[in-house]
Order: sequence, then C-alpha cells, then structure tokens
Amino acid sequence: MALKIVKGSIDRMFDKNLQDLVRGIRNHKEDEAKYISTCIDEIKQELKQDNIAVKANAVCKLTYLQMLGYDVSWAAFNIVEVMSSSKFTYKRIGYLAASQCFHEGTDVIMLTTNQIRKDLSSPHQYDTGVALTGLSCFVTPDLARDLANDIMTLMSHTKPYIRKKAVLIMYKVFLKYPESLRPAFPRLKEKLEDPDPGVQSAAVNVICELARRNPKNYLSLAPLFFKLMTSSTNNWVLIKIIKLFGALTPLEPRLGKKLIEPLTNLIHSTSAMSLLYECVNTVIAVLISLSSGMPNHSASIQLCVQKLRILIEDSDQNLKYLGLLAMSKILKTHPKSVQSHKDLILQCLDDKDESIRLRALDLLYGMVSKKNLMEIVKKLMLHVDKAEGTTYRDELLTKIIDICSQSNYQYITNFEWYISILVELTRLEGTRHGHLIASQMLDVAIRVKAIRGFAVAQMATLLDNAHLLTGNTQRNGICEVLYAAAWICGEFSEHLEDPMQTLEAMLRPKVATLPGHIQAVYVQNAAKLFATVLRKHEGETDSHAAQETSQLLIDRLPLFVQSANLEVQERASCILQLVKYIQKLQQKKVEVAEEVTALFAGELNPVAPKAQKKVPVPEGLDLDAWINKPPSESESEDEKPKAVFAKEEPKHSRSRHTEVDEKELARRREARKREQANNPFYIKASPSSQKVYDAPGVEHIPVVQIDLSVPLKVPGMPMSDQYLKLEEERRQKEKAERKKEKKKKREKRGKERKADSGPESEEDIAPAHQVDIVTEEMPEVSSCYFGVIKPTVHWFPVQKSSKHKKKKQKKEKEEKEKKKKKRHHHHHHHSNAGGEDSVQNGTVEEEEPLPPMSNYFLLAENSYIKMVYDIQGNHQDESKVVVSVIFENKSDSFLKSMEFNVLDSLNSKLQRPEGAGAHDSLTVPFQLPPGISNEAHFVFSVQSIVMPQKLKGTLTFIVKSDESSTHEKLDFKLHFTCTSYLITTPCYLYDAYAKLLESGDLKGSSLRLEGINMPFHHLLARICFHHHFSVVERIDSCASMYSRSIQGHHVCLLVKTTVSIDAKCDEPSLLGNVLDEIKQTFSKC
Amino acid sequence: MIKAILIFNNHGKPRLIRFYQYFAEDMQQQIIRETFHLVSKRDDNVCNFLEGGSLIGGSDYKLIYRHYATLYFVFCVDSSESELGILDLIQLICFFLCVCVFVETLDKCFENVCELDLIFHMDKVHYILQEVVMGGMVLETNMNEIVAQVELQNRMEKSEGGLSAAPARAVSAVKNMNLPEIPRNINIGDINIKVPSLSPF
Repeated sequence: MALKIVKGSIDRMFDKNLQDLVRGIRNHKEDEAKYISTCIDEIKQELKQDNIAVKANAVCKLTYLQMLGYDVSWAAFNIVEVMSSSKFTYKRIGYLAASQCFHEGTDVIMLTTNQIRKDLSSPHQYDTGVALTGLSCFVTPDLARDLANDIMTLMSHTKPYIRKKAVLIMYKVFLKYPESLRPAFPRLKEKLEDPDPGVQSAAVNVICELARRNPKNYLSLAPLFFKLMTSSTNNWVLIKIIKLFGALTPLEPRLGKKLIEPLTNLIHSTSAMSLLYECVNTVIAVLISLSSGMPNHSASIQLCVQKLRILIEDSDQNLKYLGLLAMSKILKTHPKSVQSHKDLILQCLDDKDESIRLRALDLLYGMVSKKNLMEIVKKLMLHVDKAEGTTYRDELLTKIIDICSQSNYQYITNFEWYISILVELTRLEGTRHGHLIASQMLDVAIRVKAIRGFAVAQMATLLDNAHLLTGNTQRNGICEVLYAAAWICGEFSEHLEDPMQTLEAMLRPKVATLPGHIQAVYVQNAAKLFATVLRKHEGETDSHAAQETSQLLIDRLPLFVQSANLEVQERASCILQLVKYIQKLQQKKVEVAEEVTALFAGELNPVAPKAQKKVPVPEGLDLDAWINKPPSESESEDEKPKAVFAKEEPKHSRSRHTEVDEKELARRREARKREQANNPFYIKASPSSQKVYDAPGVEHIPVVQIDLSVPLKVPGMPMSDQYLKLEEERRQKEKAERKKEKKKKREKRGKERKADSGPESEEDIAPAHQVDIVTEEMPEVSSCYFGVIKPTVHWFPVQKSSKHKKKKQKKEKEEKEKKKKKRHHHHHHHSNAGGEDSVQNGTVEEEEPLPPMSNYFLLAENSYIKMVYDIQGNHQDESKVVVSVIFENKSDSFLKSMEFNVLDSLNSKLQRPEGAGAHDSLTVPFQLPPGISNEAHFVFSVQSIVMPQKLKGTLTFIVKSDESSTHEKLDFKLHFTCTSYLITTPCYLYDAYAKLLESGDLKGSSLRLEGINMPFHHLLARICFHHHFSVVERIDSCASMYSRSIQGHHVCLLVKTTVSIDAKCDEPSLLGNVLDEIKQTFSKC
Repeated sequence: MIKAILIFNNHGKPRLIRFYQYFAEDMQQQIIRETFHLVSKRDDNVCNFLEGGSLIGGSDYKLIYRHYATLYFVFCVDSSESELGILDLIQLICFFLCVCVFVETLDKCFENVCELDLIFHMDKVHYILQEVVMGGMVLETNMNEIVAQVELQNRMEKSEGGLSAAPARAVSAVKNMNLPEIPRNINIGDINIKVPSLSPF
C-alpha cells in the first residue's frame, strides 16, 4: 500500500499539470487537435488511478479543455469522485468542474445529493461555500427539493459569508422548486435587514429578481424597500432597489408620488454616475405613470433633462449613449423639454460612435416641428454626404424620409422643398432604399396637386440624367427612382414643358438594361407622353412634329418588344401596334389626339385612409354571413360572393347618406370646404374628384330602395367603375333633364316628322331592291374614319348580337355554316364569361352554367376569308354605330389590300374619310398573314333607328401566294337590327323606373314565347346578352328589365316565368321590332 | 441576472467562460464566436453596450464589455442589471485579477493585464470570479471582503500542500505593493483597499 502511494507520487512528477497542458497546446499550434486528443488519452489514464491528487489534476485539465469546446461529460463520475474528496483543494477543483459541465441532464447528479448535504453542513465554512457556489450552477429540481431545508438553515448561519451565499442560492432553488418559496420567504424578508451589508445586498438581489417576474406580489414590500433606499449607502443595493421601484410604479401610482422626493435628493447628492442614471430612469418611469394624474412636475423633468445633458456632454461614450437612451424616454411624454436641447442632439450626429449617432437620430424623429424641420433635414443631408459606410447612410436616408413623412407630412410646409430633398437623395450611391424614395415621390406627386408641375419638371430632369443613376446597373437599388420618375412624367404629362424630350429620354436604348418592372412603366408612360405630344400638336397645320413622335415610338419600341420580361414585351407590342395604327391615321390627316388621350383619361385622386370605414354597413346586412351555402373546396376560387359585395356596398352607402338631414349635410360640407381652404396642409383633392362627389352632391345621388333578397346590380360593371358609374349617372340625369325640355318641342313637331320619315324608313327596310342599282351608283361623300372604340364599351359584357340575322344567312349559306360553327369557339368562350356575369347580376341563387353565347355573328365567308361582326352604339352620339368586323384569313396565302365597301341607304351610311367619294371603299388598315385574324371598326351614321335594316356590301382583296396573286371578292349583308341600337344601360333607380312606367309616355305591347324550356335566369341572361337589357329588379317569378336606344328611347320589359313579356316603349315601332327580334332569338333555341 | 461572462483575446480564443445557463459545448463555442464577431468590429472609442444579442436571451439582453490590451471581458446581462454598474464590475474583476493573479504586472498598469497569466491560472481566475458573481447574481462588491476570502481559501489550499504551489505567492506580493489609483469609474461599493494582513509564507 505504501509502495503504491510512493509509486503514485513518483508518477505524478511526470504528469502534466494545467500549466503544462496550456504550454503544450501553445507549442502545438499546427496540430492542436491531435495534441489535445493525446492529452485526453493521458487524462483518461490518470482518471483510472486511485490517487485522488492525480484525478483532481486530470479534472482540472478537463475543465480547461471544456472551455476550448471539448465535451467532457464522460468524466462526470470522476468529477463527482473529486468533489467528494475530503481535501478542500481537490473539492474546489471538483465543484468547479461540475459547475462548468453539469446540467439537468447529467445523470450522476443524483449521486451527489448526500455528498452536497454533507458539504453544506461541514464545519469548514469554505467547504460549505464551495458547495453552495457549485450548486448554484447545476441545481436541479430534485436537488432543490432535497436540499431546500438544508439551505434554508444556512440562511441563519453564524458566518455572513455562508449566509449571503445561502440567501443568493435560494433564488435558484425557488426557480427549480417553487414550493419552497412560501416557507422560505419570511426568512428571506428578515435578511433584508441583516446586519451584514453583503447578506442584505444578496436578499435585495433575490427579491428584486422575484419581483421582476411577478411585481404585484411584492408591492407589499414597498415600505421596507423605501426604508432601505433612504438608509442604505451601498450603491449596488440602491441601484437594485431603484430599478425595482421603476418596475413597481406603473402598478401603484401612489408609490410614484412618494418616490419623487427621495429620488431627486439622490440625484442631487450622488456622485456615482450609475446611481444617478438609474435614479433618472426611475423618475422618468414615475413621471410617465403619473403623466395624467399629476399636475406639475416640470421641476423634476427639468432636473432629469439637465442631468441627462451632463451625461450626454460627457466625453465618456457610455454616458453619452445612456443619456440619449433616457432622453428618448422623456421625449415620448415631454417632447417640449427635450426639444430645447436640439443643439446637443445635433452635435451627437457628429459623434464618431455609430450607435450614438443612431440614438441621436431616433431622438430627432420626435423633435421635429414645422419650424425646425428644414433645418434638421439640412443638417442630416450634410451627414449623408459625409457618412462613411452604406449602413449608416441608409439609416440616415430612411430617417430623413421618416422624419419628413411622419403623420401625413404634418411638418412639411413646402413640398417643393421635399421633392428637391428626394431628388438629392437619389444621388446617393449604393443605397438599398431606392424604392422608398420612389414611393415618396409617387405619394407626394399624387396627393399634393399643387406640386405636380414642379415634380414633373424634376422627374423629367431625373429621366434625362438617368445614366447617372444607373451607373452600376442592376445592383444599384436607386434605379427604382426611375420607376417613380417615369410614372409621374407620364401621368402628369400635361405639366411637362417639353414632353418630346422626355419621351426621347424614356426610349433610349440604355433603358433596356433597367429591371423589367421599370421598363414596363417606361413603355406604358411613353404611350401617355405620346398622347400628350399628339394633343399638343393637334390643330397645328403642320403635323410634322406629331408624325415625328409616332415615328420615334415606332423606331424605338421594337427594342422593348424583344424584351425577355413578359410585362415589358406585352405592353410594348400593344403600344407599338397602336402607334402604327395611329401613324396611318395621321398620314390620312385624321385628328386622333382626343381618342389617344382617352386611353389614359381619368385622374388619380387621393383617397383618405379611412374612406372605407365611412361606408356604413346597411341594416340587416351581415357581412360575415354566407349568402349562398358555404362553397365547397372546388368553388373556393369562385369570386362571385366578393363581386356581389363590392358592387353592392357603395350603393347601400349612397342610400344611407340620404337619411341624414339635407341641411345638415350641406352645412357640414360647407364647413369642411372652409376648413380645407384655410388649411394649407390639407392635401386637396383634384377638382375632378370633387366633381364626382360634390357636383351632384350627396343629396343628388339617386336613391335605390334595396330589397336585399334581390340585389340590384349593373351587369358586368367592374368594381373600379363605381366612380365612373356615378359620373355616368350624373350625365344621364342632366341628359334626361335636357330631354324633357326637348320632348315638349319634339311633340309639337312629331306629327309632321312622322309623315316625312315614313317613306324613308320604308326604303330602308328593303335594301334588296336597291342592290343592283346602287352598285353602279356611288353614294354621296361623307366623313369617315376607322373609329377607335371607347374602352368603356368593352366593359359591358352584355354585347350585341343578332341571331335572327344569322338565321337568315343560314338559309343562304347553309353548308358553310357548319364549318363556321366550329371556328366560332374562341368567341364563344369569350362571351360565355360575360354571359354568366350578367346572370349573376340578375340572380344570385342559380349556379347552372349558361350555354355559350357569342356577340359576333357571321357576316360572310369564303375559302379565303371569314368575317364576323358586331354592332355597337354608344350614348355619346345618337346617330352613330360602330361595326366591328373581325377578318380571319382561312387560307395559306397572304391577304392584302383589303377594301371594304357598303352600299349606303338613305338612312344608314358608312362614314368615309373626307375627300373620298360617296361610293369609295375603305382600305382595311392591315394585312393578314395566313391563319391570322384582326379586327377593324367602321362607323356608320344612322338616322332612324326604329326599323331594322340590311346593307349590302363587298369586300375585295388580293390573295398573294408564292406563285401568284389574285383578286378576290366577297359579298355580304350587314344587318342592323333594332337591338343593335339598344345600349345596355344600367338602371339604378327602381323608383325612377317605376315613375317612368307610370308616366304614361310609354306605349305597351306584349309577347308570348312558346316552347321555351330553359331556366328563367338563362332566359334573362339571354335577353341581357343578346338584346342589351339589364335587370332592374327581379322578384320571384318576374323580372323588370330596361334598356335604352342610342337616341334615348326607353325600353322596359316585364318578363315572367310563364315566358310572357310585357313591354313598354316610347316608340311603338322600335318596340315591335325589338320584340320580334327577341322572339326570333328564342325560336332558335 | 448575468447570463454569461466571457473572456477572450483579440483573436477570439476563449480564456475564461462562465455560463449561468446551460448550453452544450458546441453552442458555447458558437456564442463565443458570434460575440467576438460583434465586439471585435467596434472601435475602442465607442460605447461599450451592444443591444439585442441574438444568441443569448434575445431582446431583453445586452452585451456589456470592456477591452483591455489583448483581452475582451464580455458580460451578457438582462435589463435588471445597471449598465454602468456592470461596467464598473468588470473593472473591479479585472482589478482583482491584477491583485490576486497577475502579480508580476501589477506595477505596470492593470490596463495591461497579461493574457498569459490568465491562461495559466484559469482555475484561480474562476475562484476569484466565484466570490464576485454567484449563479448569475452579484454576490459581493466589497473589495476587502473579496480579497480576504480569496486569500483565506488560498491559504487553506496552501496548508493542504496545494495542487501546485505557484499562485499562492501571488497574494503574498500584494501586501507590499501600492495599489494603482482607482479609476474614477469605479464608484460602486466603497472601494478603499486595506490590504489584509497576510501571513508570510
């Protein structure tokens, strides 16, 4: 045995100790891992020995290796062995190793319970101390439960060294074993008044930690803490207590009132910055919690701000930082007191420490006012220039924009200034915030009407110098700004001084290197600028400039047509075609500016963020309730319910508005206008928007008596058309009034006229008679153009058709008809959607799909070409209809030089260009490659619309194949049905509709449809679709429908499920013909 | 609460780590790396607070550190600790290290703590730290008390023959030494060191 011990100590002489290990690792920098693994092997050998000194040495080395990241949990048992050594030296090593690597998952911990208990009750205080220290790091719920009593006893140990450690470790015990809190708490509270300051401090520490977790339960200790605060001289204890009070005051405002005085005393007296700072912080917390209740604490605030100023002025960066941090807390409740230290905060922007600069920026955000905004931003702009590092510069940039745009640009007095700031910011290199600047530009330009002229000029300069921004192309986030610039220049192009130059800048080849979404905006807005240029040059005798512009676009756009970006490509090719078309018209000296401008008509206006909230939900409407049965999975994509709401709500709101007293409304509006006029910061709506809202006035907006079971809808109106709708209504109203006056006059003349018109219309009905004659006889000259159809027309899915016409043609060309039907498919598809839409408008419950319906009907067809056509009228011109003809090349050859001609009747004439003969044919403005179809529009003037009529016409064209080219000819008959003079006119006012019916101005007629067995909603949809009616109201078994002719005739139908139609119209012959046409439509089903 | 105390050198090599919340070894190393990454980027003339350390704790936690010569002393603390207080504490601990461990360099300035001393006496540094911070809470800030307790324990070890005899002589050197002027930032506790009457070895 003795020999063994001797041998052990001799071995020990050759063992490495910690210092040797460290030295060894330092000497093996290249193969550190390898060296350590041999060391670990040695350690494993050492741990196998019985000598506790060897084991302790090994464990000590393991502790070092653990720090380097090696897992030493495999030695856990050996650590326990060393912990249980009777020698303090080894015990300490063991507990240190345990505290570094034991945790709740270490299984040998449960072996330590008795050993730890033994150590805790050891007569040597350092054995106890070491055990407590170690336990504080690896206490588990089991250990806490088993040892809680032992530790509690130690809290009353005679040695303060043990007492303070025992008190402190109780917090850990509470955490792991909460049941111990209740029995231990009284003793813990006692320790707050322990004679030893260390024990006292430990008790304060523990209670503060506990109170942080659950402040309410410790409010009762406030008096005790209060006493401690006024008596203690230990700054650590004071800081802890003051911090605790900061957490308690929000719960108990009365506490706050009491605290102010001792805290201010401390602030005055202490020399310790840490204590001063915590006092100030707590005073701020108190003042925040009292801010409403207490009348006047300006003295305390002043004191805090003054002390914080001292901190901020200190050369110590830490004090500066904390001072700014606390200052920002004061700023929230007492901005005025901070604002007076603006100079100091601005100084901090110059600080070399970035975190201090960022803190100062935060403060500035809250300090701006109308007066100092420009000054502060100017200062920030200087910093932007000086700033090194993009992070800080980006931060500055966002802060500048935040500061300026906060609370709706509240502090900006001059938007020209702001725009210039934004433009200046675009010069920043490598910023990531291009989109932020862009959105600000857009926002300001849209919302601040007065600034548009200035903004447009600035944006034009930006576009002109775009190469400066796009220096390093894609990576550069700043090119986002060009997005905004292009859009602003396009949208508000009327303010441009030289639109041509901007247009040129937007179409530079370099643009193609910009990101796709920006190019798309460029292309679209180039078209807007084009419209502006055209308009500008319209009326000038020399059309050179306008044509030059078209040529510019035609030259430059192909670059974009080739873009890989779909959006760019699509827009570019559309616009390119449009421009080519316009160019042709220009060459014919047709004035097109108005039509082109109409493409971009309408102005964007700001909408108040809360606008939607102002739309009241009508009584009895539960927005969350399902209207139909909840859709199954497959129907979830169906957007119908959404559309229903979108269309419904605004109408309800209108009806609601009228419930308010009219006088009251007028008064409010006046007040609002006055207020707006006096407020320079009110972002004014444009006059046009006011037109929409104010000109008709709320009281003029027609009221709809809504029967919720039968929602009233406009067929196929897109949601965004609500404004348009309002505008339309207004116009109609005006028209209607005008008409009333006219009507009286007309009535007087009516009889004479009828006599005159009689023979005319008779001639019209029978165009067949004239065919031969007229082919030789050229009709009179009249103006003509290929009309550009107003886009709005297309929004109405219910379009014209004349099936009966088709039927007639059928007789003539029965065989061809069969082939044709197959080819019709694409049209069918298109119109189907529209058809269903209109069903939806009339009825809600049915879901059955409608059979496909087409609005285009066959005009003529041969082996080379097929023509289908559609006739559309519009309210703008009561004597014009537009015939849209789709030409489809069925052959393998190229079709060119197509000429379209019609034999005019007295009643209906094809409009030809000025200077053309009355019988001249019109050149179709395109050529047709094989398999291609294209659409042309022809405008016809009509006089009387009460009778249907047919016009005979011819299409001549050249078929060009590889070998030969031949002249071909195709005859056709254009059928102007009475239906084609009707225009789908939504009737919003059931009242007005009822009045109309009651007025007695309308003559009645009725019709019975036989053998109809389609669902009622299909029937309605067909009438809507083919005959341009809209459903006014539908109640169970009958529906009221309404339409209007281009000359303003009202046509009203009452359709019943018994398939009888009662009709009324102010023109009986028109009505008769319409009914006949309806009958024909259904006879074919 | 103090969540962790990390001491590493200018290259990010750990010299002492003390976590008061369990992390596995690899996680500990990752925390050290990331913390080093954060603090090493900062100039010496900027403030010593870093907010929102992502690894330990989250938004309530901040890193408070001091950089002396080749060493970073980093404390990760939650909002219950006073920032300036912890800064003082770091200075205090550094001061103890000079007193109790780095005897050789004490006559220079404790701002020049020698990294080597710390490496070779990691265990001693831990024992000192244990007298200041226990289980994540500050145990004692009274300098005399700490020095006395460390000394008594070292003497006990000495009487047992010690594991290695070296560090014990450290304290013995203290008694004949004039402690450097305490920097004005140490304003915590009543620091007026009366060097305890140490028994000669």
